[in-house]
Amino acid sequence: MKTIGYLIQKEFKQIFRNKGMLPIIFILPIVQLLILSNAATYEVKDIKFGYIDVDRSSTSRALIEKFRSSAYFNLLAPYSSYKVAYAGMLQGKVNVIMEIPNNFERQLVNQEKTSLGLTVDAIDGAAAGVETAYIQQIVQEFNQGIALETSVSNKNRSGFAGLITIIPSYWYNSTLDYKTFMVPGILVLLVTMITLFLSGMNIVREKEIGTLEQINVTPIKKSQFIIGKLFPFWIIGLGLLTIGLVLAKLIFDIPLLGSLGTLYFYTAIYILVVLGIGLFISNFTETQQQAMFIAWFFMVIFILMSGLFTPIESMPQWAQVITTFNPIRYFVEVVRMVMLKGAGFSDILPQIWKTLAYAVLVNGLAVLSYKKVN
Amino acid sequence: MKDNKVIAVKNLTKRFGDFLAVDAISFEVKAGEIFGFLGANGAGKTTAMKMLIGISKPSSGEAMVAGFDVYTQTELIKKNIGYMSQKFALYDDLTVRENITFFGGIYGLSRATIKEKVKVLVTELKLENIIDQLVGALPLGWKQKLSFSVSLLHDPKIVFLDEPTGGVDPITRRQFWEMIYHAADKGTTLFVTTHYMDEAEYCDKVSIMVNGKIEAMGPPKLLKERYGAGNLNEVFLKLARGSKPNE
Amino acid sequence: MKRFIGFVKKEFYHIYRDKRSLFILFGMPIAQILLFGFAITNEINKVEIAILDQAKDATTIEIINKMATSKYFSINRYLAAESEVEGVFKEGKVKAVINFEKDFGEKMVKRGQATIQLVADATDPNTANSITNYILSIVQQYNQSINLHQVGGPQVLTQTHMAFNPELKSVFMFVPGVMTIILMLVSAMMTSISIAKEKELGTMEILLVSPLKPFQVILGKVVPYILLSIINAIIIVLLSIFIFKMPVQGSLILLGAESVLFILTSLSLGILISTIAKTQQTAMMISLMGLMLPVILLSGFIFPIGSMPLPLQIISNIIPAKWFILIIKGIMLKGVGMAFIWKETIILIGMTLFFIGISTYKYKIRLE
Repeated sequence: MKTIGYLIQKEFKQIFRNKGMLPIIFILPIVQLLILSNAATYEVKDIKFGYIDVDRSSTSRALIEKFRSSAYFNLLAPYSSYKVAYAGMLQGKVNVIMEIPNNFERQLVNQEKTSLGLTVDAIDGAAAGVETAYIQQIVQEFNQGIALETSVSNKNRSGFAGLITIIPSYWYNSTLDYKTFMVPGILVLLVTMITLFLSGMNIVREKEIGTLEQINVTPIKKSQFIIGKLFPFWIIGLGLLTIGLVLAKLIFDIPLLGSLGTLYFYTAIYILVVLGIGLFISNFTETQQQAMFIAWFFMVIFILMSGLFTPIESMPQWAQVITTFNPIRYFVEVVRMVMLKGAGFSDILPQIWKTLAYAVLVNGLAVLSYKKVN
Repeated sequence: MKDNKVIAVKNLTKRFGDFLAVDAISFEVKAGEIFGFLGANGAGKTTAMKMLIGISKPSSGEAMVAGFDVYTQTELIKKNIGYMSQKFALYDDLTVRENITFFGGIYGLSRATIKEKVKVLVTELKLENIIDQLVGALPLGWKQKLSFSVSLLHDPKIVFLDEPTGGVDPITRRQFWEMIYHAADKGTTLFVTTHYMDEAEYCDKVSIMVNGKIEAMGPPKLLKERYGAGNLNEVFLKLARGSKPNE
Repeated sequence: MKRFIGFVKKEFYHIYRDKRSLFILFGMPIAQILLFGFAITNEINKVEIAILDQAKDATTIEIINKMATSKYFSINRYLAAESEVEGVFKEGKVKAVINFEKDFGEKMVKRGQATIQLVADATDPNTANSITNYILSIVQQYNQSINLHQVGGPQVLTQTHMAFNPELKSVFMFVPGVMTIILMLVSAMMTSISIAKEKELGTMEILLVSPLKPFQVILGKVVPYILLSIINAIIIVLLSIFIFKMPVQGSLILLGAESVLFILTSLSLGILISTIAKTQQTAMMISLMGLMLPVILLSGFIFPIGSMPLPLQIISNIIPAKWFILIIKGIMLKGVGMAFIWKETIILIGMTLFFIGISTYKYKIRLE
């Protein structure tokens, strides 16, 4: 135990003495948390809406006004021709082009159907779908308006059929504030990145400098060495989580419905998994460069397949299977459940077990593969 | 250890694939001896030494270090030996005092003992001005001396020194050898690899390794006589050219 | 020049001999692009929704059918009462409940108007938002289809053309992003680490006292990585074309030239990082911690920049990846030429020069 104490003391001294690293460990993640959490939204708004009004009638102007008054659209000056508007789309200045044909008003007055031409920049398919839905909604309302007008003059029609509206209500997050979801998630990512990179680099760094050999000829036990090495990063991980949570509360006013104890209990186990992976990487690499490439590879996979930015349910089946090996996935689930849904210890028990099993497995493998002798 | 042998090696071999790095070497080192383990770069010195200090597993052969077996009792060996590696192995980003405290702690010395050791070292090596400086900022000669002192912290029976004086000036080398003698006087066995043949003259006994084999062994004086050479350097060159001893 | 070539050769040997890093450099980007190209999508796919149908008439059944046959939803649960909603959400599988009022059909017939209640689990607001939008568009189509059947009556219809991506494949959105991230991080990381390594080991000084000029030393270190990154870029483009069926509407040569430009930008950023960092560790942490999340989040790779708060939209301009993603999408999907992407190209060139300029400046200060 005393030996471990010396080791831990040494690691902390080295970490806190490295003036170049301190801001990267503590300040960079916090700044990123505060800034980047604002970026992660799929909400589609300020749609750049270009239109060509060939009809130039009061009806076409009324339709355009409907778009102008919608919060989702940002109406650009009218384009003179489709060609010009399309060039704008190629440059990325226009998201949607609407063409109002020249007999638009006449056809409506004649009780006929008329058709609007829509061109949507569909590279972001999901956004294109949303944009189309918004447009449909406005067109629908416009139709309703015409129907009401004409139904006064045309008694044959009994009201306007087919007007079904949706009243959505959002549980657990009634204003659909994506930050309540993203802040805890990004915090999870940052804690994971810092602990994985630091632990992955740490031992291989001593290997490269040559101090590891010196340690290997001392009577220190494998387990003592590993615990002594990883403990400081465990503390740093929990420390970072704490700073992040405080800021989340103060700046983003993120709710914490569940218990803080549960969250810390889970995080304590979770960081062990990350540290184990870092140690494992350290064991199988010769240089810091190799270690970092591997850590980077796993980190990108862990981040993008965590269900934080893109939903896991949407992934193909095989990819969903891969996500079950992703520790970040569980952490994201737990943070989401505890903070936003108020889940208790028993609710996150499945995640706790899986993470615990993961921790035991990874650390077991890491300790086994760590060789004092070769 | 009634026969006073602290290192006993018999047919020790290390193979990397097809390559025989260490080819069935045998030798003995007595307590309190300064044993010079000589050879050209790549002759297999470091590999042999790593097997003795328990960080590399032998392919075959036997070896006892400080009375313990290198196959099964490496952890016990480690308690009884000190090691100073070829690569400088103190932490650059810790101060001299912190390095001493850390390594003392790893070897299980008590806080009081460590404090005492620091005090002794400060007076012996005149460290007053640099004890709280970062090691990284010290000149190489100082680093080497400190490294050696750190390897002696836990009063080991044997200290293994791998090319300890590489790259330092003649005066520092001189001082360094005085430290080695001082340690030997106190009864410590020293196992030193080097390719400076003039240094080898200071040893009680030397062995000369060529291509993984020990080609000659004995006190420097005896070897010079046997090969009819004026100094060890000539002995070494003769061996390297593959000549046999004068009968 | 001869000396310089010799130096470049030495760098190549370093890289080539380190088989493990070589494997990582080529194997990992390929693995990543394959994985992410298939797995990452921001559209929802077979999300579980539950139905609470208190009306059970022809209209509700028809609407439910429309939802069930859509590729976005899968319906396995039918609830009997509103009180069941909470339990279903706590379980976590069901993301939304569609609630038809009891008098849904009656209202439809009498007033021609009815409402559907949509209760979504909004812990993931992005998914909740998508679900709402897709349900909305299903109902809207239904509305329009009833209206179509009505004989006569004025009616505005829409004919929608989904430009550049008619099938709304999310691969088109994400492959350019993945490509950018891989090129950017690999290039920046590789250079910053390899230069920091020489600094840390002290070999940089040896190189600097050699007759090679400092910029030759740096250039020599970078040249092998330029070639490696170009090979990586080629592999990635081939994968996008043949595996993900991404079209290349525009010029392949232009795409190549722009990729080389972006590689240079990333490498020069790597050089800049290495002038700041004293050790490999610092260099790596800056390139990993400092670049990974900002590049993923602010480049428009996953999240549309147009929807971000204004300050972030401004910040996103300093992310080189943002501009390159615009360029790739322009060339590959929109088929545009230089006339449409000259602005982005100039910005990337400007960034490259800026990074190199700062590095040279920092470097000179150190020498004096």
